Amino acid sequence: MTLANPPFTVETRTRASQLFAIAAILVLVIAFAAPFIVSRSIIQDLFFILTMLVLAQNWNLLAGYAGLISVGQQVFVGFGGYALFGCVSLLGIDPLPAILIAGLFSVALAIPTAFFTFRLYGPYFAIGTWVVAEVVRLLLAQWKALGGGTGTSLPREATRDMMGVDLMRDLFGMKAAQASDALTYWLALILVIATIGFIYRLLRSKQGLGLAAVRDNEQAARAVGVDARRMKAMVYLTTAFITGVAGALIYLQKARISPDAAFSVVDWTAYVIFIVVIGGIGTIEGPILGVILFFLLQTILADYGSWYLLMLGLIGIVVMLFAPRGLWGLFSDRTGIQLFPVRRRLKGGPLGHSIKGGPHG
Amino acid sequence: MNWLDTILQGVLLGGLYALFAAGLSLVFGIMRLVNLAHGDLIVLAAFLILVLVTALGLNPFLAALVAAPLMFAIGWGLQYFLLNRTLGKDILPPLLVTFGLSIVIQNGLLEGFSADSRRVVAGSLESASVNLGPVTAGVMPLMTFFSAVAVIVGLNQMIYRTSVGRAFRATSDDPVTAGLMGIRPQRIFALATGLAMVVVTIAALYLGTRANFDPTSGPSRLIYAFEAVIIGGLGSLWGTLAGGIILGLAQTVGAAINPEWQILSGHLAFLAVLLFKPRGLFPRAVD
Repeated sequence: MTLANPPFTVETRTRASQLFAIAAILVLVIAFAAPFIVSRSIIQDLFFILTMLVLAQNWNLLAGYAGLISVGQQVFVGFGGYALFGCVSLLGIDPLPAILIAGLFSVALAIPTAFFTFRLYGPYFAIGTWVVAEVVRLLLAQWKALGGGTGTSLPREATRDMMGVDLMRDLFGMKAAQASDALTYWLALILVIATIGFIYRLLRSKQGLGLAAVRDNEQAARAVGVDARRMKAMVYLTTAFITGVAGALIYLQKARISPDAAFSVVDWTAYVIFIVVIGGIGTIEGPILGVILFFLLQTILADYGSWYLLMLGLIGIVVMLFAPRGLWGLFSDRTGIQLFPVRRRLKGGPLGHSIKGGPHG
Repeated sequence: MNWLDTILQGVLLGGLYALFAAGLSLVFGIMRLVNLAHGDLIVLAAFLILVLVTALGLNPFLAALVAAPLMFAIGWGLQYFLLNRTLGKDILPPLLVTFGLSIVIQNGLLEGFSADSRRVVAGSLESASVNLGPVTAGVMPLMTFFSAVAVIVGLNQMIYRTSVGRAFRATSDDPVTAGLMGIRPQRIFALATGLAMVVVTIAALYLGTRANFDPTSGPSRLIYAFEAVIIGGLGSLWGTLAGGIILGLAQTVGAAINPEWQILSGHLAFLAVLLFKPRGLFPRAVD
């Protein structure tokens, strides 16, 4: 008998994740076709859901994986929006490249920001990021060329003559407003796919493993050679870029910006935190589930004003206390289903069975 | 422009910020908990005082005296039943629960009192002033400042001279060992938050009588309190007073140059301290 044991392999794929991948492709095909099927107001709702999902995935990467709990991510949304308005209104750059430029501006802002806030430990980091957001808001409110404290609007021609709008009018016979809504929606969809794809790849890579190690035990991770500070800085800068791009896209669609709205802690951070916490922090699936629940709640409770936020706060507290890994965490613990599996499992070899590790990573 | 006057106003404003910060500093010192709802609790206490003043016709100072035990009870209950469950190695639960609490308090107040700006009327005291040679100071700002000093002296006396204070320090150093010595950390934490809420009530009294407030004023009070704590250095209450004064000075000097720069120059002073002295000017704690 020369039958050797089959060699070890490390896998993250599961049966559920393979089925999900097929379903996800179907959903994406439908999502891309949506502007031809549904009305403009639904497209605008979907745009809102998609951009909130991008923000939520970013905050989740920061807080759930890198342990950087920020309540100042609105700074990148607002700065991205203002960078876009600056590029388009003042420099006459086309909005599409301006979105990417806005992302780069956000990174440029994130470097000095990180320099200050990384000096603060844990909980103080959170408030430090908030102070930075306030500083940037107050500074931009002084910038009279972009409307100062009252804000400004994008020139109408900017979105009407945007790159790609003409093409869509010729190809699909859309009106200008409809075409620019569809275009921003597609861009948001692409941004969601790129963000989730990036995070998923990152978490399955060597860097992702290092990140999980830093989160679970920073000292131990450092002892085996993970450069915790560098990992955190890299995640911080990356999320600044994506959040800035999302902010630019959001304000391209709104076409009107003011410092108070663009740097709103409730709109761009509180909602996002509740989405991640209720859905499930530290998973890719959590924010997706969270944003769907968030939108449903918002639609149902739209007429109740501040009761809605109060409810959201209470739900957030209850979830944090009794299901700290969120609703997706509850579901995943019961069923073992992971749609974006990042847990490494040993296959083959004499052990034969899969070894369950920690909760994730 | 009278520079001496500006500086005096800045120092006195610093007293208010030190009052905002003292409660935050106390809670952090004992249980390493950063309460993101701290500013909203100040505003809640201000509304409580407002209700007592308008409904019962009480004098604001008497109203604060009535509100203080109520706020103590709120703080005690909040810590014992809610926040104690979140304490642990992970810093995420306390931050997110207090953030949720902040949103809940803000929107609860919005429902109850609408978004209008309010003010607690303190009668003739509001405009009373004292002549101090070349400058005059308002009686209310002076009272605020001396209340801040009194609160800090009182807290320091309690922490370093009494058996409760010893229990505070022991629990702060090592809750498990303190537990072996017959101290119940859960109750000590609840007591500390209750005390912090008494300080919050004093802060709210001066916030309410000196300036307008509305249900969404909380977060900026939290930020000022936080800046005062960090400028002063963690773990030192006198440092917190110094931090409050520096913040107040930066704001009034900024406002004297351009009224739009008041808040901004306070933030910039904070960032400058963070740049040159990351651990604050008078650090005491190791973390």
